Amino acid sequence: MPQKKTQALQAAKERRDAALQQMASSVPYINFLGVEFERRGDELTTTLPFTEMLIGNPFLPALHGGTTAAFLEITAVMELMCAIIWPQMEKGGPVADAIARDEFPSMPKTIDFTVDYLRTGLPRDAYARARVNRSGRRYASVHVEAWQDDKNQIFAQATGHFLMPELIT
Amino acid sequence: MIDVSIEDRIEMAKKFFAILPHAQALGMEMINMGGGKAEMAINYDDRFIGDPATGVIHGGVISALLDTCCGGAVTSHPSIMGPTATIDLRIDYMRSATPGQRITARAECYRVTKSVAFVRAEAFDEDTDVPVATAAGAFTVGAAKKAGA
Repeated sequence: MPQKKTQALQAAKERRDAALQQMASSVPYINFLGVEFERRGDELTTTLPFTEMLIGNPFLPALHGGTTAAFLEITAVMELMCAIIWPQMEKGGPVADAIARDEFPSMPKTIDFTVDYLRTGLPRDAYARARVNRSGRRYASVHVEAWQDDKNQIFAQATGHFLMPELIT
Repeated sequence: MIDVSIEDRIEMAKKFFAILPHAQALGMEMINMGGGKAEMAINYDDRFIGDPATGVIHGGVISALLDTCCGGAVTSHPSIMGPTATIDLRIDYMRSATPGQRITARAECYRVTKSVAFVRAEAFDEDTDVPVATAAGAFTVGAAKKAGA
């Protein structure tokens, strides 16, 4: 591969990672729960590192349903946000210029969010990935799944609908 | 089986809710519980902000409050003994919660079958005309029997 193209790809990767970390660190509640983000290509994986504070039922013990729901919602929103901004960053233009100044489009607003609790959340780290099934000009539908030790044993899943942010033109 | 009065069970459930680590971390307050209904609240806190541009609280905090409140309503229902777990919970967000305001949730367990409890709930900030969010959920009833038992 020509060196110039390799450098351009490397720069794009760094821009994506910087934007992702900037978005995540700017949200207090993401920091409160301690959710971490990892990007490989366009695939985003989130981690909820276990802490005592995430426990709902101390006798089992099990993760609180609310922490699981919050973790899934954070993952869904961030996946959608990346799906919105990454193409804009590659394309260039006013949205890309604003992002370069750390001015991000506003977050998508949750319209509804339905969580299925499939298994008890165990007192250990959890991981999640989301998929944007439909994203139009105004609305988006996102599905998200979370697992712990075994990727094939999902412990919770959710589907949510979101209001898309208006982008500067 | 030891006979425990409904009042004692509600007292036990209230004590149980007071020691839930995540409810404590969010500063969740139990206002009332009994007869299949529960009321709980969370004070506004900068650490719970979901949108830094507006200061609006994250949906996840409201999810946690509604989930806990629904669980409380189920536990306090007179025909239910023992613990419960969420099967599913749907939350509809009507509007953003006003930054700085306390959020109060009220849940009602309106139907109980042999294995499922159905619950609905609403969350308000200090404006009590339009809810911030509503929830509808299904919860487990009774412990699962072990295979062969």
